[in-house]
Amino acid sequence: MELLVASAIGMLTAVGVYLLLRRRTLPVIVGLSFLSYAVNLFLFAMGRLTIDQPPILTPDRTSYTDPLPQALVLTAIVISFGMTALIVVLALRGYLETGSDDAAIRDDDLVRDFGSDPRAGK
Amino acid sequence: MNHWITIPVVLPALTAAVLVLLLRSGILVQRVLSVASTIALLAVAIGLWSLSMEGPRAYLIGSWPAPFGIVLVLDRLSALMLLLTSIIACAAVLYSIMGWDTRGRHFHALFQFQLLGINGSFLTGDVFNLFVFFEVMLIASYGLVLHGGGPWRLKAGFQYVAINLIASTMFLFAVGLMYGVTGTLNMADLAVKVAKLPTGDHALLAVSAVLLFAVFAVKCALVPLHWWLPNTYSAGPAPAIALFAVLTKVGAYAIIRVHTLVFGADALAISGLLQQLLFSAAILTLVLGAVGVLASRTMLDLASYSIIASMGTLLVASVGLEPRQLAAALYYLLHSTLTGAALFLLVDVIAAARGQAIDKLVPNMAVPRATLLGGLFLLAGMAMVGLPPLSGFVGKIVILDSMRGTSVALVAWTAILSTSLLLLVGYARAGSTLFWKSGTVRPAQGQVRSLRVAPVTIVGCLLAATVALSVFGGAVMTAMDATAREILKPDGYIRAVLDPAVLAER
Repeated sequence: MELLVASAIGMLTAVGVYLLLRRRTLPVIVGLSFLSYAVNLFLFAMGRLTIDQPPILTPDRTSYTDPLPQALVLTAIVISFGMTALIVVLALRGYLETGSDDAAIRDDDLVRDFGSDPRAGK
Repeated sequence: MNHWITIPVVLPALTAAVLVLLLRSGILVQRVLSVASTIALLAVAIGLWSLSMEGPRAYLIGSWPAPFGIVLVLDRLSALMLLLTSIIACAAVLYSIMGWDTRGRHFHALFQFQLLGINGSFLTGDVFNLFVFFEVMLIASYGLVLHGGGPWRLKAGFQYVAINLIASTMFLFAVGLMYGVTGTLNMADLAVKVAKLPTGDHALLAVSAVLLFAVFAVKCALVPLHWWLPNTYSAGPAPAIALFAVLTKVGAYAIIRVHTLVFGADALAISGLLQQLLFSAAILTLVLGAVGVLASRTMLDLASYSIIASMGTLLVASVGLEPRQLAAALYYLLHSTLTGAALFLLVDVIAAARGQAIDKLVPNMAVPRATLLGGLFLLAGMAMVGLPPLSGFVGKIVILDSMRGTSVALVAWTAILSTSLLLLVGYARAGSTLFWKSGTVRPAQGQVRSLRVAPVTIVGCLLAATVALSVFGGAVMTAMDATAREILKPDGYIRAVLDPAVLAER
């Protein structure tokens, strides 16, 4: 089982890193999702791999599974879910406003506004 | 337990929630609430700073005993950072109510959420909790960067979000490894356990330490992980970016905290490895920041690369785990945050006054009230470069002095002194282009803009704070010295968090 879990984490990370190196926004987002799956599995495995054990320590039990990584994974899943939603919206808005899903910034994107007066930058 | 310790986290959280509800009640109510809450935060931060003089103290959330529950820890370092944050936040929120907050919705709510994240990162005594507060801080900062909209912000925002999501994933890998090796995530408990780690686990812990270092390096824009900073800081609205001057310091704080507490001086060989990595990265950051200032074509680039260079200077000094060097680094941290925030607000004022030339460093029509704005730019430049008599000079002197006699003194002195020259040339060029060569272009009808007094006053106040930092340099240095000594002796911190009975068991 160790080999299976370890190679799964490795594969997911490799796919994630490969996709992150793309220049367009959607592959980057998919890559980020793969990385977060990898890290979730990794966190889970850090409580040691045990099967069929309860995550509670009672006086009559000698073996149990570590509940803390499960709590950590839950938090990490929620956070990465929120972040993925945000970055998808961001990429979509960027695509709709500039007409390209290129992740790079071009010089003609450079329209900025300054000053505390709301009308000044227009 | 002193419940005041939770206020820097609870107050912005409640204010932000109420602000979201008040969206329909108009901007005036939001402004009053946001400003009032930020000023209250400043008062609490001052109170906590005086409280921290009595030594580190922990707050057990829900009274769960450490290391099982989450702890907030107040010591001199976290109190100092809270105080600095609330000062910058006051300036930024006052600047924002002059108009920036109406360019989009939810500015004040996001601002308060960001304060919640920053204050939480400074107070927490748990590595995973640090991750959570980092995420709170970041998700609010994503919203603030995008405030006002526009394709430029969206593109820069995407890069900023992407790099930070990668960093967060690395943070989780590091935290996972750390838990797998030591079985705890409480920083004080980690400090105890790391010192007694069996040799077989050292390599794994070193991997975790370096991953963690890389995450903090992204946050404080260390070369080669700095490239997101100029784009992001150029894209965001000025008052948010002024607060972001603290954001990079959160990275520096985390490096100092984890380095001194968890991987302290006697913890295995990891400390040495981290110091080597940090020193070379910091020198490169310093050089690249200075070259960036020299090469910048806009004022925002100039200000962004100044921040990068100042992070380099700060971290060069914090490499050695010596009280004098760390005290110098903390002094420079105060100076560079105040100056950085002032500079970004000043750039906003000048760029707005210049009309269509905005922040481009090209000769253009004369800037209105050129003497006043030019004078402020001169002051900000002098502080950033490190010319006497402002705090940048004092900061660099104490850093140079504290490095004297160490093995890296030659490299550090050469780098700091030569980059100061580069920065000087860069600022002289920018200032003369902006204020002396301007006036060659005749202003077209309707292009002359008046200058409002209030924004300039806020910039003036921030610059006055750096002057004060220099005038009261002796007193400030004494306080920094005490802070550095306290964080280099983590025993007090550990005893404040862990129960003596628990400590005896370990």
